[in-house]
Amino acid sequence: MKKLNLLLEKKDNLLSIYFTCGFPKLNDTTKVICELEKSGVDFIEVGLPYSDPIADGPTIQYSSQKALENGINLDIIFDQLVSIKKTNKTPLVLMGYLNQMLKYGEDKFCQKLVDCGIDTLIIPDLPMIEFENHYQALFDKYGLTNIFLITPNTKENRIKKIDSYTKAFIYVVASSSITGAKGKISNEQITYFKRIKSMELKSKLIIGFGISDKSTFKTACEFANGAIIGSAFINYISNNSIDKIEDFIKPIIV
Amino acid sequence: MKSKFQPDKNGYFGQYGGAFIPELLYPNVKELEDNYIQIIESEEFQKEYKSLLKDYVGRPTPLYLAKRLSEKYGATIYLKREDLNHTGAHKVNNTIGQILIAQKLGKTKIIAETGAGQHGVATATVCALMDLECTVFMGEKDIVRQAPNVARMKMLGAKVIPATSGSKTLKDATNEAIRYWIQNPDTFYLIGSVVGPHPHPDMVARLQAVISEEMKWQLKEKTGKENPDTIIACVGGGSNAAGAFYHYMDHEEVELIAVEAAGLGINSGESAATSQLGEVGIIHGSKTILMQDKYGQIAEPYSISAGLDYPGVGPLHAFLYETKRAKFMSATDKEALSAAYELSKLEGIIPALETAHALAVLSKIKFKEDQVVVINLSGRGDKDLEIFIKYLKE
Repeated sequence: MKKLNLLLEKKDNLLSIYFTCGFPKLNDTTKVICELEKSGVDFIEVGLPYSDPIADGPTIQYSSQKALENGINLDIIFDQLVSIKKTNKTPLVLMGYLNQMLKYGEDKFCQKLVDCGIDTLIIPDLPMIEFENHYQALFDKYGLTNIFLITPNTKENRIKKIDSYTKAFIYVVASSSITGAKGKISNEQITYFKRIKSMELKSKLIIGFGISDKSTFKTACEFANGAIIGSAFINYISNNSIDKIEDFIKPIIV
Repeated sequence: MKSKFQPDKNGYFGQYGGAFIPELLYPNVKELEDNYIQIIESEEFQKEYKSLLKDYVGRPTPLYLAKRLSEKYGATIYLKREDLNHTGAHKVNNTIGQILIAQKLGKTKIIAETGAGQHGVATATVCALMDLECTVFMGEKDIVRQAPNVARMKMLGAKVIPATSGSKTLKDATNEAIRYWIQNPDTFYLIGSVVGPHPHPDMVARLQAVISEEMKWQLKEKTGKENPDTIIACVGGGSNAAGAFYHYMDHEEVELIAVEAAGLGINSGESAATSQLGEVGIIHGSKTILMQDKYGQIAEPYSISAGLDYPGVGPLHAFLYETKRAKFMSATDKEALSAAYELSKLEGIIPALETAHALAVLSKIKFKEDQVVVINLSGRGDKDLEIFIKYLKE
């Protein structure tokens, strides 16, 4: 069984952190992963900086732009990830935009993920129909798992279809929003989380978008197997040394 | 028989098109996809659309035989006068149509992106007309170089939000519009060109098709034949070209010429000639030809014309390029500027900088005697006066 699936099976209240490769500095990628692992993060979303991240809010746009200015690119990222393959025990989930894979060469891209020990990916602009028509076969060929997103506006029959395709977890987008934004979880969101939970899907659920601190993380975990923090973490490492990552993570876990 | 230039059920023109959108946008795009053809083809819509185009926009626009221009280039050159539309460009054909579609779908808040500001003005105009809330996203750089249009949008009651990311031009304005759309799913995204996720490219092409629909009967009246030999139009995203080509795409005997902005020169690093510099990629939810680096990062294009500096091109045009149905040419900033001056002096018509690119290829083509050429005069040049004046001084 895959590392991530084992984790999803045996543990609840999973904390996942999103970070942007090559941010704040070009060579911080591996250090950030190591610090996150040391701090007790359960799995890590490895963000590929993209020039036009349409699903991301200002914070991740900023970190992506900064990382690209630092000179990051896919080859450097894959080298960085390969270098920690042996020591890193924490499951990594890759997050990037479809054009990055398309331009790099789909097969070459997938092979690189395998080389880096990554078997799960999130591509926010990969729609289900394209997955069905083309990418499902490609990912199967390389043993890769695709993560689908659901939102407050996703219809029930579509959620069920997504559930049937899911091999790791469903990414429950907390609100109709791009990443970042918000700060609190509203009653409306709670109703939505309850609705999804009551569907008794076979897949594990991880909530993301708008999760920023202990309080929002705790609330999310009441309705799902865990949650992802992205923008709040990027903000933190923009303003604090990456040696102090533990100071951000510990209060959330405890 | 269905035209091969119509998209398939998933919105593909050959390998180009599709709807590469985050799940967050799926319900909106699906709603439009399920309804747009039915709405456009309904008698009620057609009646309202045609009546507004006639009485409000001022259609049909004239097809004008440009005698002095014809003499100079040794061909019979007609100008399809889209510049005479209300708001000064072809953009309003699309916004009139889409605002009616938005109303039928019960939408009350409208968002749009704009490059040169023509689409922004055309959107602000129809929103004022229909009393709907209007927000326009515009690159910070374009806000400066197209200031008169910003003022017009504001006067029409629209809110103009500057896009401050990336190249601060059309591409980034579109990114911001999409992000806003994701966060506000109750809004209607009134897209300005034949770009974006399916069904937007097809919807906009259908609404701009009125241009070539009129050309057919106007040419018949003037020349005895519906078909010209050649149609020339400029291409940024490609909406005016799509409209001018639409009813002729299946008539292989009609030569279609799309003119892209070469900026300072195709290989100068400061260009927007997508077909020459791009490769297959995804932008704004559509697979098309895209200017990008070896890692798929989208390039920041350049053109003096804010309406043409887009790093992609509509999927229909990518298909027309790949199948060689249309010939792609380009014009530099300088060539466009001198073409604008030439048309002004020869015919008394000041064209938009975008349109001037289409005019600029006349000197690069060897015409046969009596060759009937239609140039889609997509917009008027009032908004570009500052740039024209600067050029005159130089």
